[in-house]
Amino acid sequence: MFRTEEMDINMGPQHPSTHGVLRLILNLDGEEIADVRPVIGYLHRGVEKLSEHRTYAMIEPLTDRLDYVAAISENLGYCGAVEKLMGLQIPPRAQSIRVILAELQRIASHLLWLGTHALDLGAMTVFFYTFRERELILDLFEQFCGARLTYNSMRIGGLLEDLPPGWTDRVRHFLTIFPSRQKEYEDLLTVNRIWLGRTQGVGILSREDAVALGTSGPTLRGSGVDYDVRKAQPYSSYDQFDFDVPVGKSGDTYDRYLVRMEEMRQSCRIIRQALDRLPAGEVRAKVPKYIKPPAGEVYHVVESPRGEQGFYIVSKGSEMPYRMRFRAPSFVNLQALPTMCRGRLIADVVAIIGSIDIVLGDVDR
Amino acid sequence: MDQVTLIQRLLIPTLQILAVVLVLPLLIAYLQLVERKVLGFMQARLAPRRVGWHGLLQPIADAVKLLIKEDIIPEKADRFLFTLAPIATVIPALAALAVIPIAGASFTVAGYEVKPFITDVNVALLYLLAISSLGIYGIILGGWASNSKYSLLGALRSSAQMISYEVPLGFAIIGVLMLAGSASMVEIVEAQKSAGVWYVLPQIVGFFCYFIAAIAETNRVPFDLPEAEAELVAGFHTEYSGMKFAFFFLAEYTNMIVVSCIVTVLFFGGWLRPFPNVESLWWLENGWLILLPLTIGGFAGWLFGQKTRRGIPPMIAGGAIGAAAGAVLAIGDAGGLASLHVPVVSGAFWFFLKISVFLFMYIWFRGTYPRYRYDQLMALGWKWLIPLSVANVIGTGLAIVVKNAVLGKG
Repeated sequence: MFRTEEMDINMGPQHPSTHGVLRLILNLDGEEIADVRPVIGYLHRGVEKLSEHRTYAMIEPLTDRLDYVAAISENLGYCGAVEKLMGLQIPPRAQSIRVILAELQRIASHLLWLGTHALDLGAMTVFFYTFRERELILDLFEQFCGARLTYNSMRIGGLLEDLPPGWTDRVRHFLTIFPSRQKEYEDLLTVNRIWLGRTQGVGILSREDAVALGTSGPTLRGSGVDYDVRKAQPYSSYDQFDFDVPVGKSGDTYDRYLVRMEEMRQSCRIIRQALDRLPAGEVRAKVPKYIKPPAGEVYHVVESPRGEQGFYIVSKGSEMPYRMRFRAPSFVNLQALPTMCRGRLIADVVAIIGSIDIVLGDVDR
Repeated sequence: MDQVTLIQRLLIPTLQILAVVLVLPLLIAYLQLVERKVLGFMQARLAPRRVGWHGLLQPIADAVKLLIKEDIIPEKADRFLFTLAPIATVIPALAALAVIPIAGASFTVAGYEVKPFITDVNVALLYLLAISSLGIYGIILGGWASNSKYSLLGALRSSAQMISYEVPLGFAIIGVLMLAGSASMVEIVEAQKSAGVWYVLPQIVGFFCYFIAAIAETNRVPFDLPEAEAELVAGFHTEYSGMKFAFFFLAEYTNMIVVSCIVTVLFFGGWLRPFPNVESLWWLENGWLILLPLTIGGFAGWLFGQKTRRGIPPMIAGGAIGAAAGAVLAIGDAGGLASLHVPVVSGAFWFFLKISVFLFMYIWFRGTYPRYRYDQLMALGWKWLIPLSVANVIGTGLAIVVKNAVLGKG
């Protein structure tokens, strides 16, 4: 008699499509996935513990290194949390500029996701196209704060400096060319039969599972749950902007793809409004030189490109936080991976990892 | 056997084989450069341009790198099979080229007749099918002997894929066989000449089935599952390095060239010019006289445009001037301006032009498509290509019977 046995295969931590150092132990029955066990921690740097020995101003560069492809969202969340703890009022101009930066960051992050996701599924050209446009956004960030990846772009109480001259025109220029570029990606993918075959019905996450597993961001919205922190708990003047929250139907990889594509359009819409009504005035509130928030605790969430990014700070009234805790959306979303993968093929695992868009710096912290 | 026959029968084919074995790797190295350049152009980037002028020496550098790289054999690998596998892959690929005719007429060198093919056997098509099936052995052996799980999965995928796609591949060819009434490559082209039409027109379904199946057979995008880098690292050749890896690489590109040659011969009239029976288009025989100045003119114009930052217009102008000059040369040939018409050159020109079109399509697909999933690939092969190619055989058969009945033959 022939006998078949299940095979354990290590995918990662050095593997081209686990997007960093994620390690998956795949339990295979032929090419079919019987079980997936994610092993994480290869990029753990102990940022939460490190923060307990840094002053509040020194922590912001650390937040850059959590979700390193969307550092501005982390800066925004961290500064927002400290400001909430101190009860600071942020000048409206600073709030609007923060929104512009965060939405540009969302587009840049989604472009990186789209490029690598398509590359994982074999469509290599999209990767070069998205990086071409991401480069334009990185140039904008470089003109604003001098850095291209880890920006340290904000300060507690607002921004370090106002926008450089001519910056808004360059953003507007980007907004005029970006829609036609986005159409190029969609021409290559959205109605491509092979792309549909690879993504539709793959990695289905039901509405109930998505909520129960605590997912957030496009991973949650792809499953049809209309929840966006920008709408649910508006921060940094998001309540003044008019935008839609795209929601998927079936919760498969293709729906998550569509949600993110639409989010890029909505981000452009928000940036346009913010540029049109950019208030004049100061960009930084009056903040004491040594930041010493009153004793107490605070939890502040922002909608990062990956989902609900939370910052929990316990202060004892000193110039360093007593306890710091980050709610990493990638970490929580990664929990949904085994649910989505069971019974699928190896090739689908790659598609599913791509579609939940994890960043290992964010998972491991 | 006298000396003349000996040279004719033995020495010339040997030299031809040597030419194929020695020249082909160089050709493939440059095909790789072309692929990188074309992909770079499609992907809005520059492609190699550091080694040599616009990267022209890049293939040489790559070849040297592969030659001097450490040749690693994994500790737990089966050493004998591990070494045998790349050889077993590359030999069938090269052997397939033996029956490909690149031109119709033979030519004479120092009084000896040289045929533009190594051999013309009357079962050439069967030989091609048989020899291309052998290539799978190398892949299975390579994947199994590596003793790595990724390699094994890659090898299993390839073998399933290649065996599945052999079937539509074989069926797609039968239509051509029925029309030509021969399995010899030379006679198939001759039949297309006497029919006055390339077989791609009556056999359009067969052509599509064959080309799709052949892309799958050569493991190229969108069917490059065995080496799906994003899933299986590099599939069956994950553990290979240095020259052994180069052999797999060589085999893959040789197979691409072989497939392009077969498509050209079976469906696109081999060395025949377009409209082979239309007398008034005779000057197309001198096609190379038009294309050569066109390319040179266009290239010079492009360079000028690059240097003076005038962009594309100089390229178009240069190409147009070159084409006009070429047309004068080609048509002037009739008036005895220049007796430039050499059948071998003309045949080889059209043949290489046609295979470059298919090689370009391979590269184009690579720049455009995502990859199929394993089960989708199987579904495409078994549920679409096989029924379609069988229907094509039946349809061709019916058409031939009806035609013969109408014309009162057979």
